[in-house]
Amino acid sequence: MNARYLPYLLILPVTLFLCLFFLYPFILVAQQAFYADGGWSLKNFQDVTSHWKFPISFRNTMLLAAAVVPVQLALALLMATMVTRMQKGRDLILYVWTIPLGISDLAAGIIWLAIFEQSGFLNSMMSGLGVVDRPVNFLSYQHPGIVFLAIALAEIWRATAIMLVILVAGIGLIPKEYYEAAEVFGASPWKRFTRITLPLLRPSLQTALVLRVILAFEIFAVVAALGGTLFPVLMGETYAYQFDLLNGGAAAAMALIILAISIAFTLIIMRALRVPKGATI
Amino acid sequence: MAVIEIKNVAKRFGSYQALHDINLTIDDQEFMVLLGASGCGKSTLLRIIAGLETQTTGEVWIGGRRIDHLPPKDRGIAMVFQNYAVFPHLTVFENIGFGLRMQKLPNDEVKRRVERTAELMHIEQLLSRYSGELSGGQRQRVAVARALAMEPDVILMDEPLSNLDALLRMEMRAELKGVLAESNTTAIYVTHDQVEAMSMADRISVMHEGRIVQAASPIEVYRDPAERFVAGFIGNPPMNFLPAEPTGAGQWRVAGQTLKGPDLNRPLEFAIRPEDMTLSDAGLKAKAKVVEPLGAHLLVTAEVDGTLFRAVLDSDLKVSPGDVLTLAPTPDRIRWFDPKSHHAVQ
Amino acid sequence: MNAETRSSGRFLYTASVVLLCAWVIVPLYLLLINTLSSPETVNSFPKPFWPEFDLGSLSFFAGFEGMLTALKNSILVAAMTMVMSIAIGAPAGYALSRFDFPGKGLFRLLILLTRAFPLPLLALPLAVMFIRTGLDDTVFGLALVHTTLAIPFSVLITFSLFSGIPIELEEAAWTLGCTRLTAFTKVVLPLILPGITASAIFAFVISWNEVFAAAVLTIENRTLTAFLLQNLDTSPLHLKFAGGFILVVPALIFIFAVRKYLFAMWGIANR
Repeated sequence: MNARYLPYLLILPVTLFLCLFFLYPFILVAQQAFYADGGWSLKNFQDVTSHWKFPISFRNTMLLAAAVVPVQLALALLMATMVTRMQKGRDLILYVWTIPLGISDLAAGIIWLAIFEQSGFLNSMMSGLGVVDRPVNFLSYQHPGIVFLAIALAEIWRATAIMLVILVAGIGLIPKEYYEAAEVFGASPWKRFTRITLPLLRPSLQTALVLRVILAFEIFAVVAALGGTLFPVLMGETYAYQFDLLNGGAAAAMALIILAISIAFTLIIMRALRVPKGATI
Repeated sequence: MAVIEIKNVAKRFGSYQALHDINLTIDDQEFMVLLGASGCGKSTLLRIIAGLETQTTGEVWIGGRRIDHLPPKDRGIAMVFQNYAVFPHLTVFENIGFGLRMQKLPNDEVKRRVERTAELMHIEQLLSRYSGELSGGQRQRVAVARALAMEPDVILMDEPLSNLDALLRMEMRAELKGVLAESNTTAIYVTHDQVEAMSMADRISVMHEGRIVQAASPIEVYRDPAERFVAGFIGNPPMNFLPAEPTGAGQWRVAGQTLKGPDLNRPLEFAIRPEDMTLSDAGLKAKAKVVEPLGAHLLVTAEVDGTLFRAVLDSDLKVSPGDVLTLAPTPDRIRWFDPKSHHAVQ
Repeated sequence: MNAETRSSGRFLYTASVVLLCAWVIVPLYLLLINTLSSPETVNSFPKPFWPEFDLGSLSFFAGFEGMLTALKNSILVAAMTMVMSIAIGAPAGYALSRFDFPGKGLFRLLILLTRAFPLPLLALPLAVMFIRTGLDDTVFGLALVHTTLAIPFSVLITFSLFSGIPIELEEAAWTLGCTRLTAFTKVVLPLILPGITASAIFAFVISWNEVFAAAVLTIENRTLTAFLLQNLDTSPLHLKFAGGFILVVPALIFIFAVRKYLFAMWGIANR
């Protein structure tokens, strides 16, 4: 076997697979989105964006991402730095903190449903404490704020772990000598965190944020479990177009809109956290 | 019989020419050291001989057989790596026996050969251990034993001692030399450590920027460097250089002094080793800058005619910075180089 | 820093660790209470904060029409995804870690693009494509989509695993009489196997948890997630909670199994 062709032979299966199941369907979606009434047009986009639910679901998705991602980032950074200081029980604590990594958004939604539903644990606790006389139906249209809160909490609970894993791995790549040097020069723990950890963690922060933000725009099952139709989001609307309204063109247009938002935010994050050439570890 | 012939071997990595037209013959059972600074191409040359790298052009012959198109396993070589490459999932016994098992030798033959080479390398008590339970020095021994157990025609070593600490390195150096001398194999040994090269080699090939600049016995490389680069690379500290102007009839003017040299009529470079000078009444005037008592001798860094100049003197001498010394070069140790071609001039 | 502030800092630190652990565990515990309670208790009010160890909800779940088939489908799809993503992804991971070849940058870009793409969206056109090829509503068809989801991870994870094995080990094997293939099977494979298992499990979890594509691509052969999603509005609470619990259990086990590799897997894959 000639070593020159071997790498190509090895990447061939993945390339073929992705062409067939990624690039090709992607082209199909794009085609379907831009095709209506027997010709090329932007009609599908006009239809979905002019629908009364679009601004609401767009706003909801954005608000949710804006509320959830910064909290997750802060929480993951806090947990990651706490873990690096830990001597005893590090593995156990890390295991506990990464458990949600394996839990699906649907399961997370159901878990938080157990807490927030009318006969759920939150109501049980509040009535036990005498705060309310009878159970409150939190997940209803009378309490949009609590619906939002429940969804946000479920998301934070579920998806902080992936950021934590990426950041812990990233911190592990930073040589200890830098911290020792900074300590010798008199940097306080806070200064060491802001002047060494954060800048050197940029590649990991980039990965973590891009991954999280993209997934935040795809939020779907948590919302379906907790808010149902009370809290429309973009991905849920896409699902509805496909199945309830049987409008494939509109669903495809929605898909492309979500994609465009994802790409825009990816570029913003990459730009904001870019590492100057030669400044890597 | 395993003579190694390297014919017109060149290697490019993209636009970077790592090796230029290398020609070298290594005799049967010779211990050849490839010596040079990092990036000079010595490891690349070794890896081409091993078959781990493919040359861009040229041929490699071992024992009269052209082998440069063969995979490593069919070249009749064994190799020792810088980081030892002891397989972590196998015991020491299985590591040493790995190559023999690949040759499908019978179990008792494998056992016999493993035990013999383990004994040779003094690791017979470690045979059931894993690499994680070994020290660096022990891993090194396993790596050498694994290569020797193959009973190869040629053994290739890529900086095998450079990860060991200084004392262990000196010990292994002597031991390795002894073991290899007994094994009747041809050896090629890559190192950047000139002491290692001088002490082990039958012949040293000094490499520089992808070329072999001199291939000769250690003492010849030291006494008669073929090029200015070798003179400035070998020896610690290396040779001193001063510009020399001819005054006719084999007389040369060097730093205000008249010295005898080759009968030529163009400027040359005068060169002398720091230890080849004595304090005397007549000679080069050197103003001492830094004096380093090294125990065995005294290293004086001085200035001669505005040029940095080092002398190794007797450690009983009292020299202080600022003193002016008069240094007389030993006449038959003076060497001359052409400043344009950098070649030695007889 | 005096002893008092240090010990109060110590206390604050320990308290936050405990609090954060509780933040993760308590919701899981509450789900466990609901799962191990009788359907009547699950629908009653107020809720006990202690499980009554009644298997009523779980047996109702097991007896619910189509649920066990959905569970079986989920396992099947996840198992296929696991095998395919490793079989297809690992060779590419090996190529990335061992070779420099023209087009490598482009290939990495394709992989990263896949990772950064809202992939479940592709389920829509794939549904059409599958109908044409007869793959619609089949376990295998869904496994193909889940493999697309899992492949960027399996490539990047195996890439970082292979990069952790010094190439000298392989080179040593070559000089000791191995071909490329035997060096791989005798040296690289034994060393990489635990890591490969971990990344296979990771692929399993990705498929096991996936909701959107599963819901779009299956109708009769629902997976567990798709089945639960479809019946969210209509199914009783105890069914939801038992289903949620069944979804969570493998995740707990799998994260435990791969915990050692989680960080190593992400370490190099980031670059």
